[in-house]
Amino acid sequence: MTLLKLNNVTMRFGGLTAVDSFKLALKKGEILGLIGPNGAGKTTVFNMITGIYSPTKNSIYFRDENITGLKPDIIAKKGIARTFQNIRLLDNLTVLDNVMIGVHLHLKSSLFSAILRLPGYVREEKSLYTKSINLLERVELGDFAYEKAGSLPYGKQRKLEIARALATNPELLLLDEPAAGMNPQESQELVNFIRQLRDQFNVTIFLIEHDMKVVMGLCERILVLDYGVTIAEGIPQEIQNNPEVIKAYLGVDVVNA
Amino acid sequence: MSFNIFMQNVVNGLSLGGLYALIAIGYTMVYGILRLINFAHGDIFMLGTYFLFYAVAIFHLPWWLSFILAIILTALTGVLTEKIAYRPLRNSPRISLLISAIGVSFFLQNAGIVTFSGIPKAFPRPDIFKKILIIADIRIQIVNINAIVISLLFLMILLYIVYNTKTGLAMRAISTDTETARLMAIDVNRTISITFAIGSALAAVGGILWALKYPQINPLMGIIPGLKAFIAAVVGGIGNIPGAMVGGFLLGFTEIMLVAFLPRLSGYRDAFAFLILILILLFKPDGLFGKNVQEKV
Amino acid sequence: MNKKKEQLLTLIFVILLAALIWLAQNYFDKYLIRILNLGFIYVILAVSLNLLFGFTGQFSLGHAGFMAIGAYTTSLLILPVSQKEMIYLIEPIIWPLSILEIPFIIALLLGGLFAAIAAILIGLPVLRLRGDYLGIATLGFAEIIRVIANNIPQVTNGALGLKGVPEYTNLWWSAGFAVVTVFVIKRLISSSYGRALMAIRENEIAAETIGVNLTYHKVMSFTISAFFAGIGGGLLASLLTTIDPRTFMMFLTFNVLIVVVIGGLGNLTGTIISAFLFNFTLEYLRPIENGFSLIFFSVPKIPGLRMVVFSIALLLVILFKQKGILGEFEFSWQRIAQIKNSLISRTSEGGEL
Repeated sequence: MTLLKLNNVTMRFGGLTAVDSFKLALKKGEILGLIGPNGAGKTTVFNMITGIYSPTKNSIYFRDENITGLKPDIIAKKGIARTFQNIRLLDNLTVLDNVMIGVHLHLKSSLFSAILRLPGYVREEKSLYTKSINLLERVELGDFAYEKAGSLPYGKQRKLEIARALATNPELLLLDEPAAGMNPQESQELVNFIRQLRDQFNVTIFLIEHDMKVVMGLCERILVLDYGVTIAEGIPQEIQNNPEVIKAYLGVDVVNA
Repeated sequence: MSFNIFMQNVVNGLSLGGLYALIAIGYTMVYGILRLINFAHGDIFMLGTYFLFYAVAIFHLPWWLSFILAIILTALTGVLTEKIAYRPLRNSPRISLLISAIGVSFFLQNAGIVTFSGIPKAFPRPDIFKKILIIADIRIQIVNINAIVISLLFLMILLYIVYNTKTGLAMRAISTDTETARLMAIDVNRTISITFAIGSALAAVGGILWALKYPQINPLMGIIPGLKAFIAAVVGGIGNIPGAMVGGFLLGFTEIMLVAFLPRLSGYRDAFAFLILILILLFKPDGLFGKNVQEKV
Repeated sequence: MNKKKEQLLTLIFVILLAALIWLAQNYFDKYLIRILNLGFIYVILAVSLNLLFGFTGQFSLGHAGFMAIGAYTTSLLILPVSQKEMIYLIEPIIWPLSILEIPFIIALLLGGLFAAIAAILIGLPVLRLRGDYLGIATLGFAEIIRVIANNIPQVTNGALGLKGVPEYTNLWWSAGFAVVTVFVIKRLISSSYGRALMAIRENEIAAETIGVNLTYHKVMSFTISAFFAGIGGGLLASLLTTIDPRTFMMFLTFNVLIVVVIGGLGNLTGTIISAFLFNFTLEYLRPIENGFSLIFFSVPKIPGLRMVVFSIALLLVILFKQKGILGEFEFSWQRIAQIKNSLISRTSEGGEL
């Protein structure tokens, strides 16, 4: 079943075409990688899917529903969550609060009952708390629940951002360079962690990554973007040997040289 | 409205606009460099008029000397406020800096009341500024012509400094990126001092012309013109110097025209500037000529 | 410390406060009562501004505008009909205001309501702006309200203002509303809604992508903040008994902002303390400009000196105490218990030595 579909989506900023006729059909349950040199337009693809930008041309479908141009919070409610290349945690709030806000969108209590602490609200808040603590335990951040998110070490911040995304109970998880700034050992752990996530939380994963070991080890299918244009698509082995890809990364025509 | 009255209003609008532009420069330059809304700038403008008043009316100095002295003293006051109240907060949250500016504003206004007394003073005017020029039935106050010419002159000098000198380059560098500018061996403190000196000097010129146009001064006189000039700076795109000039002229001109064409609404004159401001911000959130700084995701 | 015990302590605290207010209202001198009233009103104003600025991260300079709406609404509804006939010199007051005279509490709540409605109307377009631009636009809104008040004499009596507003505000009203304000805002910020507001403050884009509806939450915070500002304005009007458009100049907003920043952004305890500190400082500085005589010489009356001293004090505080007077400390019975315990353990250690 196709979970996410982009039909030749184009994004222009003034005269600059950041993404040109991008095509994608993401199957439920798969782990798809998006790679390409810096400035290729990878994050722009994410920004269009999550509603931060609205594509200049054509549409995006999530579970066969057109989500083009919806606001980010609506898209989050529909089941798409993401992380950011430059981590965006709520630094001055606790780790627990960061996750609890993720669960917030499924709450039903009114403002009035929240202020008066009516039974319905108290019940909801309690279950919210239990869910969030559980989630933190599952990603091994339980011990840090009451620390400020901004004071966590870098690797744990990345993990927390993923946990927060999971808290919204998504079907599709977009990870923007999850291994950035990690050493080889950490990125190997990350590969295992992401695989577990897919199985435990039953999410489909679409990720941008520069670390080839992570991409090749994790993704079942890879898309390569260069100057906004998809130049290759296939399983990891195919991508590794594709001359177009090598050319895009190294800047020379290696095969013919 | 007959043509000659219309032309009188045009001249009047341009002269008011020139004054707004002169004051707006100080807001925009300081904002460009420190990201601070310098609420004390209107009071610096007020000080300029009092320095001139004391030089002329109390110490009986000649006009040209008083003019220069008032500008220098105002510039020094501006530099001093930055050294005392803003520099120690350079690395603090921006709201601390803003509160500090409000504190300086309170201080200058009330120190003004204590030293100059709160009672308005009649501002002395040399005879030539009282004259009225009549060209083809159009009556124009000389002071308005002077205001336009003098403000344009000083604005030209400023543009020259900002775009053609090393100091100007340093200013623009700091307003783009303070840290990188520092790494490029730009003396940040010195440049900021110069910025305050220039902004305050222009405010003094604006203040003196203002007092020549409306010859009564009091320690709270800087509030409303300051606020309007600040609006002009935002309308033009705060941080953008030519923008502040355009904003100043635009605001002064439309304000006078509103009163001229719709005298029934003249009571709403002060609200009008804010209405323009809010409307422009809603359609162009960074002002007319502001850089569109969007957060990179 | 368990929940029952905390509730008991809170109850005791409220009873003590009530006793204190009874004592103050009956035995303190008029001047002191007035300062306390101002203190409580500033608690309402500053805590509500802190909700918007400190907790939601939205920089607003429009508080005086909402206060003006609340103050005019309340005053016009409680002014005795005979007084209205007397003070409207420019133009007679329009019907039905000319015959309306309703109970104080309803007038206050209507004042808050009108301020809240204005907040929704202005907030929907304006809250899209960020940072300083939002501050400037809201400042503009407040000034526009003031200019309008100046220009509709058939409603507001124009620049002459309203005189002889009945002095209903007493410590019961001001402290009562202060307690309600603190209670509601404290409950709000520690609920899931409050977390959403703080998420907006911390990072708008992140908040949005985890499902926080920015417009809804910003407008909500703005509206609640304006509601209490309106109530505070109404209480202030009935305390001062005279209001005119100049009462609501931007300096009033600045005063509230100063209280918030000195108290600490996002710190309710600090805001409450700073509200009283602000008013006591201002009032007790009054003698220095009224002139006084020491044994050998006398100092003449110097208008403005009080604000000179005050602004110097303000500058010193902001230069040396940038994180607010309390820093990160926030009152809760838990924190008090912790402090008590650490004090006890320290003294007992000392005893052993």
